[in-house]
Amino acid sequence: MEALNAATLGRDRGGPAQPLLSVRRLVKHFGGRRSFSGRGIRGAVHAVDDVSFDVAKGQTLGIVGESGCGKSTLARLIMQIIPADAGEFLFDGEVVGAHALDLVAYRREVQMVFQDSYASLNPRLTVEETVAFGPRVHGLSQRAAIARAHDLISRVGLDPARFAARYPHELSGGQRQRVNIARALALQPRLVILDEAVSALDKSVEAQVLNLLIDLKSEFGLTYVFISHDLNVVRFMSDRVLVMYLGKVVELGPSDVLLGAPRHPYTMALLASMPSMDPDRRITEPPLFGDPPSPIDPPSGCRFHTRCKFAAPVCAATEPVLAEIAPAHRAACFLATPGSGHPQAGSIA
Amino acid sequence: MLVYTLKRLLYVTPVVIGVSIICFLLVHIAPGDPLSAILPADATQELVEQMRAAYGFDRPLPVQYALWFWKVVHGDLGTSIATGRSVATEVMRAVGNTLILATVATVIGFTFGTFFGFVAGYFRDRWLDKVASLISVLGVSVPHYWLGMVLVIIFSANLNWLPPTGAGPDGSVAWRPDLEHLRYIILPAITMSVIPMGVISRTVRALVADILGQEFVQGLRAKGLREFGVFRHVVINAAPTALAVMGLQLGYLLGGSILIETVFSWPGSGFLLNAAIFQRDLPLLQGTILVLALFFVALNLAVDVVQTALDPRIKRA
Amino acid sequence: MTKTWMAGTSPAMTVEKIVPARRIGRGYWAGVGRRLLRDPVALAAAFVIIGIVFAAILAPWLGFADPYRGSMLRRLRPIADAVYRLGSDELGRDMLSRLVYGGRLSLLMGLLPVVLAFFVGSAIGIVSGFVGGRVNTVIMRTVDVFYAFPSVLLAIALSGALGAGIFNAIVSLTIVFTPLIARVAESVTTQIRTRDYVEAARVSGAGPLAIIRVHVLGNVLGPIFVYATSLISVSMILASGLSFLGLGSKPPEPEWGLMLNTLRTAIYVQPLVAALPGAMIFVTSIAFNLLSDGLRSAMEVK
Repeated sequence: MEALNAATLGRDRGGPAQPLLSVRRLVKHFGGRRSFSGRGIRGAVHAVDDVSFDVAKGQTLGIVGESGCGKSTLARLIMQIIPADAGEFLFDGEVVGAHALDLVAYRREVQMVFQDSYASLNPRLTVEETVAFGPRVHGLSQRAAIARAHDLISRVGLDPARFAARYPHELSGGQRQRVNIARALALQPRLVILDEAVSALDKSVEAQVLNLLIDLKSEFGLTYVFISHDLNVVRFMSDRVLVMYLGKVVELGPSDVLLGAPRHPYTMALLASMPSMDPDRRITEPPLFGDPPSPIDPPSGCRFHTRCKFAAPVCAATEPVLAEIAPAHRAACFLATPGSGHPQAGSIA
Repeated sequence: MLVYTLKRLLYVTPVVIGVSIICFLLVHIAPGDPLSAILPADATQELVEQMRAAYGFDRPLPVQYALWFWKVVHGDLGTSIATGRSVATEVMRAVGNTLILATVATVIGFTFGTFFGFVAGYFRDRWLDKVASLISVLGVSVPHYWLGMVLVIIFSANLNWLPPTGAGPDGSVAWRPDLEHLRYIILPAITMSVIPMGVISRTVRALVADILGQEFVQGLRAKGLREFGVFRHVVINAAPTALAVMGLQLGYLLGGSILIETVFSWPGSGFLLNAAIFQRDLPLLQGTILVLALFFVALNLAVDVVQTALDPRIKRA
Repeated sequence: MTKTWMAGTSPAMTVEKIVPARRIGRGYWAGVGRRLLRDPVALAAAFVIIGIVFAAILAPWLGFADPYRGSMLRRLRPIADAVYRLGSDELGRDMLSRLVYGGRLSLLMGLLPVVLAFFVGSAIGIVSGFVGGRVNTVIMRTVDVFYAFPSVLLAIALSGALGAGIFNAIVSLTIVFTPLIARVAESVTTQIRTRDYVEAARVSGAGPLAIIRVHVLGNVLGPIFVYATSLISVSMILASGLSFLGLGSKPPEPEWGLMLNTLRTAIYVQPLVAALPGAMIFVTSIAFNLLSDGLRSAMEVK
């Protein structure tokens, strides 16, 4: 069969140093009513607020956060399923949506694997028809599309002879998710967004699918954005980790550093929340108190200050900026940034 | 609650205007000159022009609509060509008769319908369910005008227990709730109740089966609640939708009574409609349809509001 | 990134014989068909309908008496009469023959409006549901205006305005049923439109037409079709009802509703014969309802 990764390598434009995806100052608010006094929109859900990050080629960026932090919205924004209110995307140096990289071309570069494996497959189409749909849309003949579909079905670990003509209801959860992955790869993308792709699977199946994803990544030279709420999985999969809270990036850095020695109190709390069997790691009081505030009209200043045990007056007054606190490691926290006005700034490592 | 009602009212207003437009246009899509129904065939051209001007048929359509709408809003539905009386009075009187008949029929239908529905839902997939469901299907499938004829055959022609037509002795024009008139309403009401019975029965069966399958019912039984207590819970859960369906059926009966009223010569709005069509009495036709349609819209609105008030799950605006 | 535990992540390594999966007979509609075939009630209903339809279509070749030829001497004969197997009507015409021939018009006037409304209503509803937004609101509110009339009233009003006749009756019934189907179509399409696989199709870069054709239609037409079949019995009753009122077919055409009308006065003389046309409507209506119910049950199982 064709060398699929060769096809994608041929499209590389900027070389290995240029980030594959650059997100700049992304904003997305939902709903809200225009205030009569002209003060702008009130009651809007601040799903994504001024988010910026890069994804390097061949890397896996893990995005973590609780429900409602904006990760899924972010995924849909990257996929251009929903339009952004502000901000821009750069794919391999080109602005997405501009003449050189219009939406159709962008679609061939970036694909997504959804969380609900059952709802993301058309119950009326067979596996091969589902996988072949994308290539067909982009001009491939029926025979070539089916051939590519069969190739991918086998590459994700399913025997085409047994599975190609099956319907989604004849597959298990893990098998369906493999089909979703095959479908995503059918268009030979360079970047794959995995939105909670393994969250709905049993643990053993989850392990298989994760290993499959790793194999495929090296086989096809892919770059991943891996969204999950499960820190173990993120630790396993990611090179770099981005932590989101209420629509903002709170910490961003290499996964072993960030998950081993977090600098932002929220990340610390997330890690401390993971149950452990180690008797030395037992904790008596919960690391996080209270409920996450509503994303409608979020708290002033640092959005986490209402639940942070290190909160100081400066945290309620001003919003912290995502600043570099170590090489390639950034955090948006007054505590982590020396000289920021926080009484304990720089003291907790 | 009040806010919700007002919102619904606002929502319904364009629909009402649309309904009035259609009622207005009905007369004008009729083939032939509307005047031909009013005037004899050999009327002079002069007379035709006079009548045309008097009725306003020479003005452009939107203007005619506006004039007509203005009059309707003030309660003037025009004058019947056949009888010369005010359309509004004729229609209201007739609607009153239909309302009585429809209400009685709805009550009968609701009673039997919920009974069969509960039986079918409780004994789901057992023989009682099959029997009750069969009755429901029969109810929904029957051509009610034929059923009326059959009942007349049995109870009037053969057994002579009940009168075949009319609303009262000596062809009275209005029905009164006294012993004399009671015999006259039985057959029409039963005939009319069959379809609502079938519809309500099917709806209630689905509701009851669905509710009984929910986990909270298992929870109730597990904590030791007696079957009657469980039954009360089922009733409370099924009530909003069942009542809504009943209300809608009442609306359908109000609007669709013409067939049964024709069979039984019941002096209601349907009978009036029939007469209006065949006499080409256009003002009467227009007025009757408008009133019936508006009743239906109002009924729908009422059902909507009541259902929202009864069902705590539906979020109020 | 090191791989951990779980072996056996490679493709199916079983040594069983590779049996290509059979394409035919395993799809969704094949499953529906199989379940229908196992439903005795629905099957019986289907047979009844097929019987009536075939008798109606093949009537001229089945050796029935002339449905138009009457005899003033042999009027209103009872059932099991020497000459007329099901009696004769008020003009001496053979009832059996009139009933069979009457099926043609009654079925036509009952089925055709639903078929037409299915196509028109589905088109309106699917497009409106798929496009969404303001356009959807405008279209659906317009549909709501027609929905605000009770069906019988609207049918009679339109028929009354257009005048009697089979064509007019079919037109008015189509107008009555189109909003009902459009509503269901819009509702189902709106649900499907937000499903993940439609989003995935969009993400693949497909245009709206391709998405509708491949992903939406297949999932949407089923429920709409089932709803449409449930309307057939209503349509037949209404169509015959229009004829009963004199707004549909005209004498001397054989048609069940019209026959009920002309035989009304005969209920005192030959009640059984007079009731026959209505019994035909009843039976056909029951059969369509049972079939529609069976179809709905067969489609509900995933």
